[in-house]
Amino acid sequence: MAAIYSLYIINKSGGLIFYKDYGSKGRMDTNDSLRVASLWHSMHAISQQLSPITGCSGIELLEADTFDLNCFQSLTGTKFFVVCEPGTQNMEVLLKFIYELYTDYVLKNPFYEMEMPIRCELFDIKLTQAIQKDRVALLGR
Amino acid sequence: MAPAAPRSGEAIFSSVDRVNAELFTLTYGAIVRQLLNDLEEVEEVNKQLDQMGYNIGIRLIDEFLAKSNVSRCVDFKETADMIAKVGFKMFLGVTASVTKWDADGSCCSIVLEENPLVDFVELPDTCQGLYYCNILSGVIRGALEMVAMKTEVTWIRDMLRGDDAYELQVKLLSQLPEEYPYKDDE
Repeated sequence: MAAIYSLYIINKSGGLIFYKDYGSKGRMDTNDSLRVASLWHSMHAISQQLSPITGCSGIELLEADTFDLNCFQSLTGTKFFVVCEPGTQNMEVLLKFIYELYTDYVLKNPFYEMEMPIRCELFDIKLTQAIQKDRVALLGR
Repeated sequence: MAPAAPRSGEAIFSSVDRVNAELFTLTYGAIVRQLLNDLEEVEEVNKQLDQMGYNIGIRLIDEFLAKSNVSRCVDFKETADMIAKVGFKMFLGVTASVTKWDADGSCCSIVLEENPLVDFVELPDTCQGLYYCNILSGVIRGALEMVAMKTEVTWIRDMLRGDDAYELQVKLLSQLPEEYPYKDDE
């Protein structure tokens, strides 16, 4: 089964509000993860402006020889992206599901401040379940 | 892979956990009552309810988008329809209709025939200026602001004030460009 290395969530102004490792590969220290997040945010914005066909909403998939990076941006501007093994399928579905978890367990937490780093234990637990559990159940939704 | 198809308000409403409608209605009543006690001025209560709604709206919009699978609306008309047909159904279990479009399509009315917030409510003489459901207008304003639309939402008709329906006027003030860079001080 294909592995997911890490998950990033960036707020609409480009700040990293969540980062977590899920595999043995691709681990980053805090500084590097912040750098990846802000670079990705900028590249995403540039890709929208440079797209040859207008109305493009930005890069969704970056394929490299050692990893894939799948990105989903909500209409409110929050970006979710996972770094995973090359060729991993159905990451759009997983990202969409993570977005739902975010609305349920982060945004509905009355003590979560919007746009600030996410420290919600329930969210962590549900994410780990979603990412590590057999994803067949998820895909069957 | 094709994007997931949009889901109807009914489908979402029936798939989420719900609380007893009376508990919901009574809880909202208790909040309004407490605000009246704390703030004393009806005008202040209206403002506070609107602010509370706004704070809910800026978070609720993401849940709406995540669970309904709707994609970007092409114009404000489609947006208003989404709120009335999907939004209200999904969160309150009622359907609203959209009417009274102005000529340039930037102002309309959302009409609610039924409203679960007011089931047991009768406004006393001392609270005649109160917009009991003002939280709803705040929710709509907050939610739309998060998708780059500045709006002004006002009550036109209110059954608690003797009208025959609930009518919210939604006026689009400006559509913020979604382009970078966002200014730091905004």
